[in-house]
Order: sequence, then C-alpha cells, then structure tokens
Amino acid sequence: MIGATLVGIATSAIRLATPYLYAAIGEAIGQLSGVLNLGVDGIMLMGAFTGFYVTLLTGHPALGLLAAMATGASMGLLMAFISVTLQAEQGISGIGLYLFGLGLSTLLFGMTVGTVKTVSGFPQAPIPGLSRIPILGEILFSHNPLVYGAFALVPLAWFVLNKTPLGLKLRAAGQNPLAADSLGVDVIRVRYVAVVLGGVLSGIAGASLSIALLNVFQQNMTNGMGFIAVALVYFGGWRPLGVLAGAMLFSTVNAIQVWLQVQGVKIPSDFALMMPYVITILVLASMAKRRIHAPAALNKPFERGGE
Amino acid sequence: MRKLGGILGLMVLFGVCTFGAPFRVAVILPSTINDFAWSQSMYEALVAIQEEMGEDNFQFVYSENMYVIADAAAAIRDYATQGYNLIIAHGSQYGSSLVDIAPDFPKTSFVWGSTAQTFTELGIHNIFAYAPHAEEGGYVNGVIAALLTKTGVIGGIGPIKTGDAKRYAAGFEKGIKDTRPEVQVNYTFIGSYSDVALASEAARTFVNAGADVLTGTAQMTVGAISVAKEKGIFWLGYDVDQSPLAPTTVVASIVVDWTVALKPIIGMIQEGKRGGEILPLTFANGGLKLAFNEAALEGKLSPIEIIELKATVWETVRKIVSGEITIEVE
Amino acid sequence: MSDRVRSRQYAGLLIHLTPLFAVLLAFFVGALMLVGLGVNPGTAFKSLLQGAFGNLNAIADTIVKMTPLLFVGLGICISFRGGVLNIGGEGQLVVGALAATAIALAGKGFPGWLLATVALVTGALAGAVWGGIAGFLKAYLNVNEILSTIMLNYIAVYGMNYLLRGPMMDPLQVKLGFFIPQTARLPRAVDLPRLVPTRLHLGALIAILVAIFVYVFLWRTTIGFRIRTVGMSRRAALASGINVRRYTVLGLLLAGLFAGLGGAVEVLGVHHRMFTDGTAFGFTGGAGFNGIVAALFGRLHPLGTIPSSFLFGALLTGANKMQRVVQVPSALIVALNGLIVLFVVGSEVIRRRRLRRLEKLTIVEEEI
Repeated sequence: MIGATLVGIATSAIRLATPYLYAAIGEAIGQLSGVLNLGVDGIMLMGAFTGFYVTLLTGHPALGLLAAMATGASMGLLMAFISVTLQAEQGISGIGLYLFGLGLSTLLFGMTVGTVKTVSGFPQAPIPGLSRIPILGEILFSHNPLVYGAFALVPLAWFVLNKTPLGLKLRAAGQNPLAADSLGVDVIRVRYVAVVLGGVLSGIAGASLSIALLNVFQQNMTNGMGFIAVALVYFGGWRPLGVLAGAMLFSTVNAIQVWLQVQGVKIPSDFALMMPYVITILVLASMAKRRIHAPAALNKPFERGGE
Repeated sequence: MRKLGGILGLMVLFGVCTFGAPFRVAVILPSTINDFAWSQSMYEALVAIQEEMGEDNFQFVYSENMYVIADAAAAIRDYATQGYNLIIAHGSQYGSSLVDIAPDFPKTSFVWGSTAQTFTELGIHNIFAYAPHAEEGGYVNGVIAALLTKTGVIGGIGPIKTGDAKRYAAGFEKGIKDTRPEVQVNYTFIGSYSDVALASEAARTFVNAGADVLTGTAQMTVGAISVAKEKGIFWLGYDVDQSPLAPTTVVASIVVDWTVALKPIIGMIQEGKRGGEILPLTFANGGLKLAFNEAALEGKLSPIEIIELKATVWETVRKIVSGEITIEVE
Repeated sequence: MSDRVRSRQYAGLLIHLTPLFAVLLAFFVGALMLVGLGVNPGTAFKSLLQGAFGNLNAIADTIVKMTPLLFVGLGICISFRGGVLNIGGEGQLVVGALAATAIALAGKGFPGWLLATVALVTGALAGAVWGGIAGFLKAYLNVNEILSTIMLNYIAVYGMNYLLRGPMMDPLQVKLGFFIPQTARLPRAVDLPRLVPTRLHLGALIAILVAIFVYVFLWRTTIGFRIRTVGMSRRAALASGINVRRYTVLGLLLAGLFAGLGGAVEVLGVHHRMFTDGTAFGFTGGAGFNGIVAALFGRLHPLGTIPSSFLFGALLTGANKMQRVVQVPSALIVALNGLIVLFVVGSEVIRRRRLRRLEKLTIVEEEI
C-alpha cells in the first residue's frame, strides 16, 4: 500500500514537472545569453492553443507539436526583436508579451474552436522492456512521449550549454558581451538564437499540457505556470540540473498535497495548496551558502560600440 | 388638418412602439460564454429566452470575463445608465457592488446570485436574487455515484470551498452516505477556477487511489473530465450537460436552468415589481434538471441494472421534490 | 531665441512624443484585429475614449483605476532604483488589504478618522512585512527576489482564501448558508471621503502626495541616495561603506509598504470589504503587474509615474467600455494591452537614439 502510494506520488510529480521543465530550461537558455523573458506564460498559452487547434484539425498530435514549436519560435522572435534589436527594458517587454499571448490565445480559441473540446493527443507510450522494471518502470517509463522529452532535455541542455561552441558563445554573450564581441562572437545573433530557442521550448511546454497531459484547451489554462518556470530558473541557478531539482521539488510537494487532500486528510485545502510555494522558498533559503552568480549582463541590452 | 392627423398618427405609432419596446437585459459574467460551466449556462438561458420571446421583444448584451470586481461594478453602473430593464450580475462576488449601485437607479432592476440576499433590510427594493440549490444536485449525483462505484472509492474536485461548490460537495457526500454508507468519498479543492492541470492531476490521483466515479464543479474540471475519459471511469457533471465533451464518460449532469428564475423576474418587472424576491432553483420548480446520459452506461451495465439505477435516481429526485429528503449544509 | 533653437525645441518635443506614436501604432494593429472580428474600429476607439474621459464619472473611474497602479508603481520606483525587481505587488496589495480590513472590522465604534488612519497604517505595515520577507531572503539567504516575490504572491492568495472562507467570513454568509467568501462590510465611518460626487475618493489624493514624498525621499534624503547608490553599483556602494544588505531589505520593504497601503486604500475607498474569487485578480485587477509597467513607463520617476499610471488607468477603464459598446471578446483587449506595452517599450530605443543625436547636434553648434 505504501509502495503503491509512493509510486503514485512520484509518477504524478513527473507529470506535473513536465511543462515546468521545458519552460524553465528554455528560460534559462535565454537568461544565460543575457535576456530575461517574463513572457513565458504567454508563449506557453499560444503554444498550447496552436498545438491543440492543429491536432483538432488534423488528428495528428505530432503536427500539433510542430505548430506549437513554430508559434513558440515566432513569439520568441518577437521578444528577441523587442528586447535585443530594439534594446527595450526586458522585464516590461516580457509582461507585454505575456498579456499579448494570454489575450491572443483566448481570442483565437473563441474564434476557431469556440467551445471546450477534447482531442486525442499523444498517447501513453510505455518504453518496451524498461517499463517492466518493478516500481521504476511505472514511475519513469510509462508516460507519454513529451514527458520523456522533458527529462531528456536536461542532459541535452547541459551538454549544449557546457560542451559546444554555441553554449560557450551563449554564456559569453550573457556574461561579458563586450569581450565576447571583441572576440568575434555575434552577440546579437547569439541572443536571438537563445531567445527563439527558449520560445520553442515554451511552446512545447504549452503543447505538453494541451495535447499530451490534459488534451483540452481552455483560456488561461497555464494559470501562471510560466511565472513559476521563471522562478525555477533562479532556483536552479541557471543550470539544467538545478532546474530539474527545482521542478521536481515543486512538483513533488504539489503531488503530495494533492494526495493528502484526495486521502481526506483534514487540513484546510488552502494550506495544502500553499505548501509547494512555501517549501520551495525554504529549501532555497536553507542553501544560502551556495555561490551562484547571475549572468552578469542579464537584463542589460547590448549595443555594439555602446556604453 | 390632414397634416395634424398625420402627426397624431405618428405619435400613436410612436407610443405603441415605446410600449412594445423590447425588454433589454445586460449580463455580467465572471468567465467566458463558452466555459462549459457557470457562465455558459447563463448565456444559454438568455439565448433560450430570446428564442422564446423573439428578438423584437427581448434583447441582451453581455460582458464576459469580468473577474475584476471593480470593472464589473463599472460595467453594471454603465448598463444602468443606459437604461437596461434588467441587469444580471451573475456571480456572488458582485453583491457588494450592487448595494452601492442599485439605490442610484431605482427604475432599473438588478439580479445576482447565488445568494439569498436582496438587501431589502437596507431599504433597497430593486434587487432580485437567485439561488440554485446546488446541494440537491450534489445529492442526486451522490446517489448515482454510490450506485455506480464498484471499487467503493469516489472522488470530487472543486475550486475553492465556498458558495455553490461547497453546497454541491456537501450534498454529494450526503447522497453517497445515505445510499451506501460504506463507500469512501473524498472531496478536494484545488484553490482555482482555471488550473486545469491541477484538476487533472487531482483526478489521476483519485484514480490511483482506486476511484471509479468522479464529480466536480466549475470550469477547470474539463481537465478532470479528460482524465476520466482516458481512464474509462465515470464522471458526473454540474451546471451544463457535459456529456458532449465525453459521451461515454459523463453519466449524468445536473443542469441549472436559469430561465426558471429569469422568466418570473421578467414577468414581475413587467408588472411593476422591481426586486426584493429570492428565486430558488430546485428540482421542484425545474430550476435544476437531471440530464441522464444512458449511452455512457451501455455495455458497462446490464440493461436491467440500468433500468434499476434510473428508477432509484428518479425516485431520489421525486423524494427531494416532495420534501422527503432534505439536505442541510453546514 | 533663434529660429534654429526653436525648431530644435520642437524636435525635442516630437522625440518625447515617440511613445504616443507607438500607442497609435498599437491601436492600428488593434484596429486590424477589430476589422477581422467585423467591428468598426472607429466606433470601438471612440467608445474607448468615451469610457475613459467621456464625462465626469468616466474621468473619476479612470483616476480610481489609476490609484492602485500608482501606489504599486511608487514602490517599484524605489525597489528598481535600489537594484531589486519586485514582482510581488499582487501579494503585497492583498496582504495590505486584508490587514486593513481586519483592523477596520475589529475597531468598530472608534472614531472613523482614527480607525481609518490606523487601518491604512496597518495595511501599509503588513505590505512592508510581505515585501520585507523577500528583501530579507535576498539579502541574508541568497534567495532571488523574482523567485520569492512570485511565490509570496501565491502564498498570499491562498492565505486570503483561507481567511475569507474561514475566520474572516461575514457571519451573515454562514447564517444564510451561501458561504460567499467575503468579510462583512466595514463600518461606514472608515469609508474614505468622496472628493466630488462620483466614485473618486481620497485615496487618489493620498497616492499623489505619496508620489511627491517618494520623490523627495529618493533624491533629497541620505537614505534615498544610498538606496539609489546600491542600485547603480553594489560594488561602489560597498566601497563607500554602505550596508548593501540593509538597503536591499529596505528597498523591497518600502515597495511592499506602498503596495500594502494601496491595498488598504482600495478596501477603504472602493470595496469597503474584502472578498475573493480564488485569485488575487478579482481584487487587484492586476495592479501588481500593471503598476510595474506604469512605473517603467514613468521612467522609474515617482512624478513620472503619476501621468503614466493615469494613462494606463484610462486605457483599462476605456477598454472595458469598448467591450460593452461593440461587444468584442474581452480577450482582444488583453491582447491590445500587451501590444501597447510591447510597442511603447520597443519605441524607447528610437526616442533615446534621436535624443542622443539631437544632443550631439546641439553640442556641435554651440561649439561653433
């Protein structure tokens, strides 16, 4: 019984963590290059809508996913244009992007689909062999493809950020853009790549809700997840593994509070719901000694020959 | 002389027109008209009334997504200024705004709910109220759930534990306990009307805990319905008939028919009464309706079982109507 | 004054109007979307203007809408100038409002002016505590303020839901059995006085006075100077012996203080009770976020934040009217709001470049 419970909670946590992982790793990539994007939630909503709509039209969640990625890329491009080319204040552009995505996704949903519908999104795809492993098989290997993708993204992102020239350029652009520029790194281009990539991942994050985990679309269905994702970037100290730790902590506590309520444990639901937020802060505060520095040029526009 | 007659004729015509002017309604909705729940049910009621009375006699406008109370208040005031006959503030959160606004527009009628307050004690006489007895609907769904469950575990998912959601949950739990006391039922509140993901995860956790029948109220439950559909278990709905969303999953929905409150209100206004009445929506007056979706049971229960189930359920509704069953909410 | 200098002044004025052109451009895109929805943009925008400025009531509504934006924005001016981002306005508004409500309800029978003052002060202090927690976490426990303020917003909302459906719920709601999550109405004695016979209340005036105070505080006091120094360069601040940690806490604490005061003013001036629909938005109307935008448009200057929050208040008020008049989905207005923010903030660089060019020209000419 206890075993089954723990398996249930762990499986639940992994599902809950999926959208956060995509969005937070995307955000971390953008921030490492020096761009703070607070518009993640808006991109997620646009990704969730287009993914849903295309899946509804075609019946192929894979096409829906592509559409969500393309939408995410366009939203990322918009953000990059405003914050990199036009050098706008990043925090505020992000809020603008969020409102734009929130409004537009709702508007388009109302105009095209109009009412709540369900789609058949990505089905569960237990990995042959691995899913048979007792306990771990059920927790880790019995999900739908987008869940695996989110967890595969962690080592992939780590590799790209730490072991490839692109990763190096990216961090240089965020750490010391002037020096990077003098070494021949095209800072503007690198930031564009990073922000668009972040947009694509946020788009997938949205699609993971609308065509994999929930298979519905509703206005504002992300309910502020994008902002939590931004917070998780700080929790993770801009490292994919740290982001994973943060996303899993937050989601596990969330899964536990859901489970407690489902079991009928008599605590006021509001306190149960508060737990993930309180515990995330407390855990981070208890690690006060860690030495992590934000990318030095985060939130600072770059201008060649500028000040 | 002929000219004068013409003018008189025109005046008479104009007078007739004013007399036969359409009944104009403005409605403030906290979510969208396609939320498959609270706001949609009201929108559908207004469309139904318009179809019945004709567009020449009944017109309505709406402001949706009015979740910001201050904006809703501004909208209510603006509609009142424009001379609408009736302004529907479709949300219990709008009540305190009405207390401020209604006295300034004594010729306009207002209605709000879910509540049992019309503020006559404050000397305000142009506010109506409607009160769906969600606990009755919850009770009937509870009986259905108790009869359907094989595992003996049933779950409910609500937004925050207040108002209709709380009343529905209380009725649901009582319906189960009165039918099969040994069945285990838990009700969880996810703290949000929009967090589809958390509603869905709550549903999955219920399924893990062995639940084979789920219910819930408010618009975020579409996430839970989707899970019920995927897992092949039963769902019992509220507000609107939710079976189109998942025809093999949604066994029954308690449909709130707002026309049962609105039509008498319109009638009273046309007779010169401006407010002060509370209109309950119950099974007895048809304000609550049971939309039973037999198709969801086919192949899962034998025809005889289905007939027995339906008989018990309708008997429950009858007992609620006759007052043999009463449901208290603490 | 030579013609050349005068034309230069016009050019300078034009440059400062760049944001206005950006707003017009955003409206143009909005117009295209309206056409797509089959709505006449002329009618739509006319109703927007009417809703915001059409008559005395509309202007009063705009100013009422401006008030919480300004309070939050003033806090943002301080914290951003101090080098910390405060995204916790929503939570701070809520906490301030709850504290003010609790005091006003508990103090029934006391003289109205006294009770109102105490309630406002308590609200401000509660907001300060909420902001201060984020400040403490950042300064002493290395917890980034963006993370903590986002999380604290949620914690405030769940705490509010608990209080309003539990201990603080109007006893009448329990008696009636409808459990609407709201408190009883506050004693009428604490209602902020109306300034003119509209919804305009004293809170707007308080906000403007506070704006002047914040201006003086930031630029005319040592503490203000130190906060700004920390914001400009932590290293320089450290080198000049400023206790950077203390001023980091202070920056967020003051941001919370003003947002909390804003929440208290909303309760005493507009709602006269506290309520919830499950989120903070029903009460705040998103002022915790829009206040950030208003402050940044006001160039993080307390006095500049006054007109920018007024314009934002007008936009939000007018947009609601537009929804009613032309029956466009409310989502269009949210999207338009986002576009305006994007276009205006994007146009900044153009303004800055033109300004720089103008300055250079002027310098060259003066040398000649």
